Amino acid sequence: MKRRSAGQTCAMLGMLLASALLCGYIESLIPISFGVPGIKLGLPNLVVVITLYLLGPKEALVVSVARILLSGFLYGTMFGVVYGLAGGIFSFFIMLLLKQGAQCSPVTVSAAGGITHNLGQLLVAVLVVENRNLLYYLPVLFFAGFLTGLLIGIVSREVLLRLRLPK
Amino acid sequence: MENRLELRKLKKRDKVILILLLLLAAGMLAWFWFGHQEAGAMVEVTVGGEPYGAYPLDKEQEILISGGNRLVIAGGKADMIWADCPDKLCVHQTAISHVGESIVCLPNQVVAAVVGFEQSDEPGLDTVVQ
Repeated sequence: MKRRSAGQTCAMLGMLLASALLCGYIESLIPISFGVPGIKLGLPNLVVVITLYLLGPKEALVVSVARILLSGFLYGTMFGVVYGLAGGIFSFFIMLLLKQGAQCSPVTVSAAGGITHNLGQLLVAVLVVENRNLLYYLPVLFFAGFLTGLLIGIVSREVLLRLRLPK
Repeated sequence: MENRLELRKLKKRDKVILILLLLLAAGMLAWFWFGHQEAGAMVEVTVGGEPYGAYPLDKEQEILISGGNRLVIAGGKADMIWADCPDKLCVHQTAISHVGESIVCLPNQVVAAVVGFEQSDEPGLDTVVQ
């Protein structure tokens, strides 16, 4: 396989980051409340998973962290950035482990990512409010993370199968 | 980029991991569902980990918590009806009435949790119980 030039990679990273930002914005427009805080579809993770398989771990981490920082400063709060980073980085390393270590499918990687994203955020929340009662939400967040992660993973796989890259 | 054929199929280890995660998620959900059936007696409110107050669920009242949250107790349930934080996630949460359930406002570090009769050390509670 021919190596991509630095310019090509840079252009792709820019487009992926823009898509991730848009995904986050679209998600914020969906007015669904499940009665439990923290349950989201996780659309931006679609782009992170695609980047992980398309370009590699470093690039996926860059897209994930840059997306969280940018959306935090554009239309979020500092709280959002802290929770976003906790979930984003924790889930990234679990996804990396499953992809590089076990050569798992994007479906598995994304499902595990969805769960660990929620776990990371919940742990930070427990530390912030210093109240273990928060762990009450753990089962719901675990299940929701699995379900949304699975859906996002299936979509990621379908997108990856259809992407035509310049060789 | 991975081989397309490789990408399409779920390997055996994918299936094992997915089924394990599904079982774990379903088990936790079942525990969550059936573990919160006991009717609660009091709502305990903490702010930043410090106890703020405890309020009986059978007495209708409205509590202003540190000026940032408004908790209403009515019909044996506690519900957050107002918060000064931007996301309002706590306000969107459903009312709580069973032991172990809680409402959380992360920006204000407010937690309201339902406790049972024996867990509460509020004196004179026995007089409230009929």
